[in-house]
Amino acid sequence: MTKKRVVLTFPHEIVSQPVVYYLVKDYNLMINILRARVTPQEQGRLVVEISGKKKELEAGMNYLAELNIDIQSLTRDIKWHENKCVHCTACIPHCPTDAISLDRDTMKVSFDKQKCIACELCIPTCPYQAIEIVI
Amino acid sequence: MKTYEEINQRIRNGEAVVVTAEEIIDIVEEKGIKKAAKEVDVVTTGTFAPMCSSGAFINFGHSKPKIRAQKVWLNGINAYAGLAATDVYLGATELPDEDLLNKVFPGSFKYGGGHVIEDLVAGRHIKLKAISYGTDCYPKKELETVIDIKSVNQAILTNPRNAYQNYNVAINKYSDRTIYTYMGILRPKIGNANYCSTGQLSPLLNDPFYKTIGIGTKIFLGGGEGYVYWEGTQHNPRVKRGANGVVRAPAGTLAVVGDLKGMSPEWLKGTSITGYGASLTVGIGIPIPILSEDIVKYTAVKDEDIYTQIVDYSKDYPNGVNKSYGEVNYKQLRDGYIEIEGKQVPTGALSSYKKAREIAEILKDRIKKKKFELAKPVKYLKGKLGE
Ligand code: SF4
Ligand code: SF4
Repeated sequence: MTKKRVVLTFPHEIVSQPVVYYLVKDYNLMINILRARVTPQEQGRLVVEISGKKKELEAGMNYLAELNIDIQSLTRDIKWHENKCVHCTACIPHCPTDAISLDRDTMKVSFDKQKCIACELCIPTCPYQAIEIVI
Repeated sequence: MKTYEEINQRIRNGEAVVVTAEEIIDIVEEKGIKKAAKEVDVVTTGTFAPMCSSGAFINFGHSKPKIRAQKVWLNGINAYAGLAATDVYLGATELPDEDLLNKVFPGSFKYGGGHVIEDLVAGRHIKLKAISYGTDCYPKKELETVIDIKSVNQAILTNPRNAYQNYNVAINKYSDRTIYTYMGILRPKIGNANYCSTGQLSPLLNDPFYKTIGIGTKIFLGGGEGYVYWEGTQHNPRVKRGANGVVRAPAGTLAVVGDLKGMSPEWLKGTSITGYGASLTVGIGIPIPILSEDIVKYTAVKDEDIYTQIVDYSKDYPNGVNKSYGEVNYKQLRDGYIEIEGKQVPTGALSSYKKAREIAEILKDRIKKKKFELAKPVKYLKGKLGE
C-alpha cells in the first residue's frame, strides 16, 4: 500500500468528468478528498489523499497526466517562515485542518506540514508574509 | 504609599521588585492587595500590534549644492516634505505612487511606509529621491542618493495614536462575501471574529484611569526607549466602564515618540493588510509604578474581567452605525471561540500576546538590571480619576 497527497488542478473541459470514479473503478485506488473547489475561471481544484498498490497508483497518476490534469505533491506547497511569524493568530480561524495551530499556554503558533492541504486560505491573512506558496 | 523617587532609588540599589502584568495577578491572589502593594515596586505591561497612526520624522542632511526638498520618496514611498529643507515625515500607511492598490481586489500592499521604517531600523540602504523648484539659497532641483539609519541626522519615531485602551471585536454579519478590513479578513455569516488587544498585558488596561501613564512617561518603544508625548488622537476616556473601572470599548490612546536609531526591526514591523493597506506593527511596553493599593489592584486585572464589544464591519462600521452584537471578555477571545447569536465563532487576533509577553519580560529585565528608570509624568492625560 502506498499513499500520496496531491493537489490536482483540472482544466475546465474536464471539470465535469467523473475522474475520481474511474480512479476508483479502473485502478483500484482509495481516494480521500480533503478539499474540492471550482474557481471562477472554472478550473477545478482537488486536494486528495490517494492510496493503493504502488503499480496501480502509478498507473492512476499516468491516467490523470494524460487528461492534462496538473499534479502537485502536497508537502512542498506551503512554507511557513517561523522567523517572520509574530504569533498574532490572524491566520488561525482560517485554517480548516489545524495545520497552523496555536498553543494556548505559550501563545505560540506552529505549523504541521503533514496536516496542510495547501488550500491557501491562510496566505492573505498573514500581515507579515510569513506563509508562502512554494512552487 | 511609595514615590517615584523611592522606586527609582530601589532600582538603582538593585532592590526593586519588578513583575509582569501576568505575574501580578497570582501575587495579588495569593498575598492580597495590601501586601502586594507593599512588596511590588513595578508592574510591566506590553502590547504588539499594527498601529496605523505611526511614522517617523527624518532629517536626511544636506547635499552639495543644497536642496530645499519639495517632494521626497524613500524606496519609492512618498514622505511628506512640507517642512524645512531636509526634514520629512514618513507615514506608516503611505503607499508607492504606482501601487495597484485595490484595483486587483483584494490588494496585497506588500510594501509601504511601515516597511521603509522597518528597513531603516534594520540598517538597510534606502533610496532617496527628492525634487524641488530651486531657490537662491537652495539651488539644487533634483537629488538621488542612498541613506541609512547611520547617515541621517535624526530619525524620530513619532506616533500620534498608539496603544489603544481596548478595541472592538470585528465580525462580518451582513455581507455574503468575505470582506477585507483593517481588522483582517472576515468571512461571511460571522465566519470568524478578529480582535486586537493584549488584554491583561495591555498598558492602558492596567491603568484604566491614567493614574501613572501620562505625558513624560518613559516606555519601551520598538525595542528602544521612548516617551508618551501627549494623549493620542481620538483619546476618549468617557466610554462605559465595568465595576472594576476598566473600559468596555475603545477608549484612551497614547501619542509616543522615541529615537529610531536605538530601535530594532524585531519590534517594528512593516505590515501588509490584504485589501486594506500597509501599516506598522509597533511593540510598546510601559512600566507601572506601584504607588498605592489602588494601582496594584488595577494591574491585577484578568482577561476574564476585561470586556469589549462585538462590532459588524460589513455594514455598521463603514456607515458609522454604533451597534454592539454582544460583549465578550479576553479570556473567551484568547480561548479560541466566542458565542455570537448562538453560534460558536472562531477567533483570531492581530495583536500578538506572545510578543507582548516578551516585551513585558524584557522591560522587567531592563529595570532589574538598572538600565531603565521610571519617569514621573509632567502632566496627566485627560480623564484621570474619571474627570
Ligand atoms: S494552506 Fe494554510 S490554511 Fe490551508 S491547510 Fe495549509 S496551513 Fe491551513
Ligand atoms: S498570521 Fe502570520 S504572523 Fe500571524 S500567526 Fe499566522 S503566520 Fe504568524
